[in-house]
Amino acid sequence: MARNAEKSRRALLAAPMAVFAVLLVALPLIYVLATSFVQNGNFSLHAVFTLDNYRALLRADYLLVFLESIKLAFWTTVLSFVIGYPFGYLMARVNRKWKPFLMMLVIIPFWTSALVRIYGWKILLQANGPINGVLRALGLIDKNIRFLGSYGSVLLAMVYCLISFMILPCHNAVDKMDFTLVEAARDLGAGPCRAFLTVTLPQTLPGILAGCVLVFVPSVGLFYLSDIMGGGLVLVGNLIRDQLLKVRDWNVGSAMSVVLIVLSAGVYLLYRKSGGDDLGVM
Amino acid sequence: MEDTLLSLQHITKNFGENSILNDISLDVRRGEFVTLLGASGCGKTTTLRIISGLESPDSGRVLLGGLDVTALPPEKRPVNTVFQSYALFPHMTVAKNVAYGLRVRRMNKRDAAARVTEMLDLVQMTDYAKRMPAQLSGGQRQRIAIARALAPQPQLLLLDEPLGALDLQLRRQMQVELKRLQKKLGITFIYITHDQEEAVNMSDRIAVMHNGHFEQLGTPEEIYDQPKTRYVAQFIGTSTIFEASVARVDGSRAILKNENGRFSADASQAKLTPGEQCELCVRTERLRLSRTPVDGFDLPACVTEVRYAGGSVLTYVKLHDGTEAVSAGEMRMADAMQPGETAYLHWEQAAVIGGASHGA
Amino acid sequence: MRKKRKIFSTLYLTVVLIVLYLPILMVVLYSFNRGRSPSSWQGFSTMWYERLFQNALMGSALKNSLILAALSSGLAGIVGTMGALAMAHSHFRGFGALETIATLPMMIPELVLGMAYLALFTAVGIPLGMGAMVLTHTTFCIPYVFINVKARLMGMDPSLAEAARDLGANPLRVFLDITLPLIMPAIVSGMMLAAAMSLDDVIISFFVTNAEANTLPLKVYTGLRSGGTPEINALSTLMLAGIFLIVALSQLFAARRHTDIPPV
Repeated sequence: MARNAEKSRRALLAAPMAVFAVLLVALPLIYVLATSFVQNGNFSLHAVFTLDNYRALLRADYLLVFLESIKLAFWTTVLSFVIGYPFGYLMARVNRKWKPFLMMLVIIPFWTSALVRIYGWKILLQANGPINGVLRALGLIDKNIRFLGSYGSVLLAMVYCLISFMILPCHNAVDKMDFTLVEAARDLGAGPCRAFLTVTLPQTLPGILAGCVLVFVPSVGLFYLSDIMGGGLVLVGNLIRDQLLKVRDWNVGSAMSVVLIVLSAGVYLLYRKSGGDDLGVM
Repeated sequence: MEDTLLSLQHITKNFGENSILNDISLDVRRGEFVTLLGASGCGKTTTLRIISGLESPDSGRVLLGGLDVTALPPEKRPVNTVFQSYALFPHMTVAKNVAYGLRVRRMNKRDAAARVTEMLDLVQMTDYAKRMPAQLSGGQRQRIAIARALAPQPQLLLLDEPLGALDLQLRRQMQVELKRLQKKLGITFIYITHDQEEAVNMSDRIAVMHNGHFEQLGTPEEIYDQPKTRYVAQFIGTSTIFEASVARVDGSRAILKNENGRFSADASQAKLTPGEQCELCVRTERLRLSRTPVDGFDLPACVTEVRYAGGSVLTYVKLHDGTEAVSAGEMRMADAMQPGETAYLHWEQAAVIGGASHGA
Repeated sequence: MRKKRKIFSTLYLTVVLIVLYLPILMVVLYSFNRGRSPSSWQGFSTMWYERLFQNALMGSALKNSLILAALSSGLAGIVGTMGALAMAHSHFRGFGALETIATLPMMIPELVLGMAYLALFTAVGIPLGMGAMVLTHTTFCIPYVFINVKARLMGMDPSLAEAARDLGANPLRVFLDITLPLIMPAIVSGMMLAAAMSLDDVIISFFVTNAEANTLPLKVYTGLRSGGTPEINALSTLMLAGIFLIVALSQLFAARRHTDIPPV
C-alpha cells in the first residue's frame, strides 16, 4: 500500500516536467521530423509522404556547406583540445589554494555573454584596431592585416567561445586520476613523455572525449559567429536560417535540421556507448 | 507473556525473486538485550527495518506491547533506530540533532533543551552541544546517534551494527558502555552484529540468523556450549565437528562411533536412537589431549603442529581418516605434546547436533 | 626541473587566461571611450552609458530580459526540483526516457530547437513574443536545475530521511526539515545558472520573439551585425557586470554546499 502511494506521489511530482518535455521538446522535434517528410509548408494530416526534401539536400552546394560546417567543427574541436587540454592538465596540478580561484576565472567567461566576448575580438582584430596598432608599432608590419572576415577569425571565435567546455572536463579527468600510476610508470623506467602518452592520456580519455563532444556538437550550429566576424562564411546554421526566413522553404529547412539532429545525437550516443557519463552541468 | 514487548510472528519478506526472510518469529521481553547475529546478507538488517517500520513484511505480524503495528508507519511507532552510518543531520548542530525527535513531537523548547542536556550527559558529550556533526570523530558521532535515538524515550531501541566503523579498542570500550547504558535505562535493545565476540559479550539472548531464518535462539552460553546446528557451531567460536553414528544410548550418555574410533557425549538434550547419524561439536577449549587412552574414549590421533597463541597452546592433530582437529590448552609450550606423538582425544563437554530425531 | 615546470605551467595558464579575458577587457575599456570608433582612444567618458539609459528601447529590452530570466529560472526551479525529487532513486524505466527527453535541449544545437519552435508555433497558432519566450526559456532551463538537484539527491545519504521518519517525522516534515535544506544549494545554483543561460540566450529568443519583445542579447546581436556602436559596448559591459554578479553569488552558494559530513 505504501508502495503505491509512493509511486503515485512520484508520478505527480514528475508530471509538470513531463508536460514540458513532451509539449516543448518532443513535440517540436517530432513536428520538424514530420515536416521534413512532406511538401508545401507545414505539416498537415492530409499531406503526402515524400523524400524530396532530403533529395534536395543532395545538391552540391548544400553538401559543400555541410562539409564546411563539419570541417569547422572538427578544427574547432582539435584546436580546443590542443589549447584546452594542457590548460586543464596544468590547472589540475597547481597548488591546492589556487584551484578555486582558477576555476572561477575559467567559468566566468563561459557564463558571460558569448556575443559580448566575440564583439571584443572584433574590436581587437579590426583593421584599425589595437592588435594591428601594436604590430605596426613594433615594426612587424607596415600595413594593417585584415583579420576579420578570414576563416581564421571565425575559427578563433569558435574556439574562444567553446574552449571552456574542453577545459573543464579535461581538468576533472586529470584531477580524478590516480597519479601514483604515473609514478609507477616512471619507477618502471618510462621517461616523462612516455609516461604521459601511455598512462595519463589514456586515463584521462573519458574527459577528453566529453570535452570533444561538448565542443563539437554546438559548433555545428553556431551560425551567428560567422555572421559577426564577417567574411560571409556560409555554414549550416546560416543555411537553415536562410531556408526558413528568406527562401521560406520549411520542408527543406526541416530536412536540414533533422540531419543536424541526427548528427548531434549520433555523436552524443557514440560518446555514451564508449562509456562516457552524463554530461551534467559543472 | 505479560512482559513480552515485541513479537514477530511468521514474518516473510521477499525482494523480487529473492527470499530475504523466511517465516521468522521472535518474542523479546521487556528490558532484554537481544542480538541478531549473522553474516552479511542473512536478513538481520531487513528484520530490524521491519520492526522499525521502514520496511513492510510480505506476510506476518509485528506486535508491540500486544498491539498489532504491522501497518503502522515508522513515525508512529515508539521504536527508534541507531543507524549504521549514524545518519546525523549534517545541517543541524549536535543539540538540534538530539532534540529532533522531541521537537517533532511538539515538545516545548524548554523541556526539549533539558532532555537534550540530560542525554548528552548520559553519553558524555555535554560540551559538544553547539558543534556540527562534521566536526566530530567517528566515536563521537556514534554517541550522538545514540543520544538522539534515546531522547524520545522509545520502548525499543534498534541498533544496526553501530560499532562497525570503530577501531578495536574503541569498539571494546563502547561495548561496555552500551551494555551499561542499557542496564541503567532498562530500555529493550535489539542489536545487530556479525561479530560473534561482540554478541556474546553484550547480549542476554542471541538469535543466530542464516539465509533468512533463525538457526538458534538462546543465551550466549546456550549458543556457545549447545549449538543446535552445524552452522551455529561453526559460526561461533572454533570447534571440531565429528560425524558419527549412534552405537548405544546409556541413559544420559550416548556412545558414538565412526571410522576413527568410539567416543561418548552427553545425550540429555537430544533424543538419539541407535543407528542414526549425527554430528558432535567439540569446542577447541574443551578438546583435551592425553598421552594415554582415557576411559570411554577411543580416539587416537597424530599430532601435526603445535603453536603458541598468546596464553594458550594450540595443538593440531590428525585423525585416522584424515579429519583435523584443534585443541587449545592452557599450558606452557614445553609441556605440550610434540608433532609425531600419538594423542588420545577426550572431552567433558560436547554438543550433539543434527540427527533425525533431534529438533533443531 | 621542477622549477622549470612550474614556470612553464604558470606562464601557460597566465597567457591563456589573458587571451581569454582580453576581449572582455576591450569591451569594457571602449565603453568608456569618448570617441565613436574603437580605432582610437579619445579620452574617458561615460557618455555612452548616459545615452544608454536614455534609450527607451534599451530600457524595455532590459526589462524584458530580466523578467524573462526571473520567470524562466523560477519556473525551471520548481519544475526541475519536482522532477528531480520524483526521479532520484527510482528504477521506473519511464523516468529514464523522460530524463533523456527533458535534457535533450542540452544535447542538440540550439539552432535546431529554435527552428523547431518557430515551425511548431506558427503551425499550431501559438503567438510569438514574451509568452513563447518564457515557455521556451523555461524548457531549456529545466535541465540545469534538474541535473544539479538530482545529483545532490542521489549523493545524499538515504538513511538521513529514514532517521527523521524513525524519530517521528511524517513524510512532509522529512521533506521540509531534512531534504529541502540539503538540496537548497543545488536548487539555487541551478537556478542561477539557468538565469545566466536565459539572459545570454540569442538563438532561441531570435526564433520565437516578435517585434515588441526585444531582449538585451538580441539587441546586442542586431547591433553587432550592423557594425557595433559604443552603446553596445556600454550595454555589453553592464550585462557582463550583471552576469558576473550572478556567477559570483552562485559560486558563493556552491562553497556553502559543503555541509556534508566527510566520511571518517
